[in-house]
Amino acid sequence: MATIATPLETSPSIAVPPSPRGGAWQWTKNRALLAGVVMVAAIFVIAIVGPMITPYNPTRNNYGVAVQAPSAAHPFGTDKFGRDQLSRIIMGTRIDLSVGIICTLIPAIIGIAVGCISGYYGGKIDALFMRLVDIQVAFPFYVLLIAILAILGPGIINMYYALILVGWIAFARLIRGEVMVGKEMEYVLAARALGCTNARIIVRHMLPNIVGPALIFGMSAVVLNILSGASLGFLGLGVQAPNPEWGVMVAESREYVLTAWWLPLFPGLAIVVVGVAFSLLGDGLSTVLRRRGS
Amino acid sequence: MGQRAHIIRRLLQTIPTLMVLVLLVFLMIHWIPGDPAVTMLGIQATPDRVKELREHLGLDKPLLVQLGIYVANLSHGDLGSSLIVRVPVMDLVKQRLPLTLFLVAYAMVLAVVMMVPLALLAALKKGSIFDQFVRGFSMTLIATPGFWIGILLLILFGVKLHIFPVGGAGKSPADWLYYLFLPALTLAMHVAAVLTRNLRDSLLTIMNAEHVLAARAKGLSGTRVIFNHVLRNAMVSTVTLFGLYLGWLVGGSVIIESVFALPGMGSMMISAILGRDYQVVQGFTLIYAVLVSVIYLMTDIAYSFVDPRVSMS
Repeated sequence: MATIATPLETSPSIAVPPSPRGGAWQWTKNRALLAGVVMVAAIFVIAIVGPMITPYNPTRNNYGVAVQAPSAAHPFGTDKFGRDQLSRIIMGTRIDLSVGIICTLIPAIIGIAVGCISGYYGGKIDALFMRLVDIQVAFPFYVLLIAILAILGPGIINMYYALILVGWIAFARLIRGEVMVGKEMEYVLAARALGCTNARIIVRHMLPNIVGPALIFGMSAVVLNILSGASLGFLGLGVQAPNPEWGVMVAESREYVLTAWWLPLFPGLAIVVVGVAFSLLGDGLSTVLRRRGS
Repeated sequence: MGQRAHIIRRLLQTIPTLMVLVLLVFLMIHWIPGDPAVTMLGIQATPDRVKELREHLGLDKPLLVQLGIYVANLSHGDLGSSLIVRVPVMDLVKQRLPLTLFLVAYAMVLAVVMMVPLALLAALKKGSIFDQFVRGFSMTLIATPGFWIGILLLILFGVKLHIFPVGGAGKSPADWLYYLFLPALTLAMHVAAVLTRNLRDSLLTIMNAEHVLAARAKGLSGTRVIFNHVLRNAMVSTVTLFGLYLGWLVGGSVIIESVFALPGMGSMMISAILGRDYQVVQGFTLIYAVLVSVIYLMTDIAYSFVDPRVSMS
């Protein structure tokens, strides 16, 4: 094959010719990116200032107002202990966002390192890495996570370990592929001809070209990690009650599905909003980075 | 290389993977921090009881001997037994695997039924409101947790509209088509969203390919071009992705079974973990891994029939 296939972009925004003013102006024309940036920024702000903006104490029980439907006083209703759901969801932002970010960042660093070495040097290291990939692929994603938690025992710290242990392999595979294509490119051959060391070629010449794909993939990894963290919380294997993690909140609402629809609805909606924010950011970034690449 | 050689080579490749899987699953119990026997029985257990369990599990023997015993037992289908319900793990698998398999297959069918028309209409009306809706909807679904969709569907169709049951699997497998509809739909949603996106994009690429333009120029009718020339070719990449997502469906079933209280393998696995019933966890993990390996093997072989180029490489 003579050309390297690039992933397809069919969004109409790609057809817009680059604005003569370029730069920052062009970014604002990418609606997905703009929406993603605004939403993600807002979510970070909520996570940081959380305790300052909660209308009620999210952990204080108030049986007088238990299981109340949404009202002016409690816009998202109250749970079985009379705790304000809005306050709990605001506090939960920290927990769910941390899972999404930390369980993406650490695997990304490990994955980039392993992917670079495996893709660049090839040989035995690469063969060993590929066997590891074969094994990981044989376990369904959730079964692998659950099996690791079965060994380590349920809990928030062990959930972090499990997500990190599983997550880095996908990053490493992606980077390995990029490096294998990149090391045959002319600029790398030129750098080698100039006598650059392997380490310098990887760090100075190849890494900058890998950041883009890794960043785009990272956004979908954040979404997946938030969903996984919430699912494990829901199953009772991750974050434990009474912490206001969104999956845990949905799990706690299960005995009330017949009567109190607002209890499962709002925490789940919070997960969706955060997930969509990072998906938009990822989609927007991929449009921008691809346009620049072409 | 012929097709038969490809299939044989693929079968041989599966053997080392399965061996490593068995080894990893065997080691699971040894990776438990501390003494697994104490963890299983709880800290109040008497030393005699702990010693008895260690002997029962064979933990007092050297590691290699334990591995030998594990593999020997495995070869007659013995996966150990549950400490809680006191039943051989293999019997639990036999009881619960059919429902899990049915659920995954049902979800697969529903995913295809949802994906093809949506992707086709979206691609044909590119840029329309319908297309925008399909794209937005699939992006949202990808970011939506399955357990939450399940609960919302339960509230809407089970509690409010009384169209479907509020959980359980009915009395016999004959009820599954009806009782497992909501669980299968829930499980199918995420995969359908991913695949719809992929199929829409590859349909659009193929529509502009030369052979399609040639077919149109020949004067073939629009529908014929779409079905014979576009859809068939666009499906190739979607089928590959679909194969990968079958593994995802198997994993997702663990969560969905818990949401709908279905007596499948997944719900049992979760309760076994919470009850520290390790031999059940170990056995079920192995069954899941073997299941996925077999599914990948089958898709690979099926694929070599769909696209003969695969067996050439």
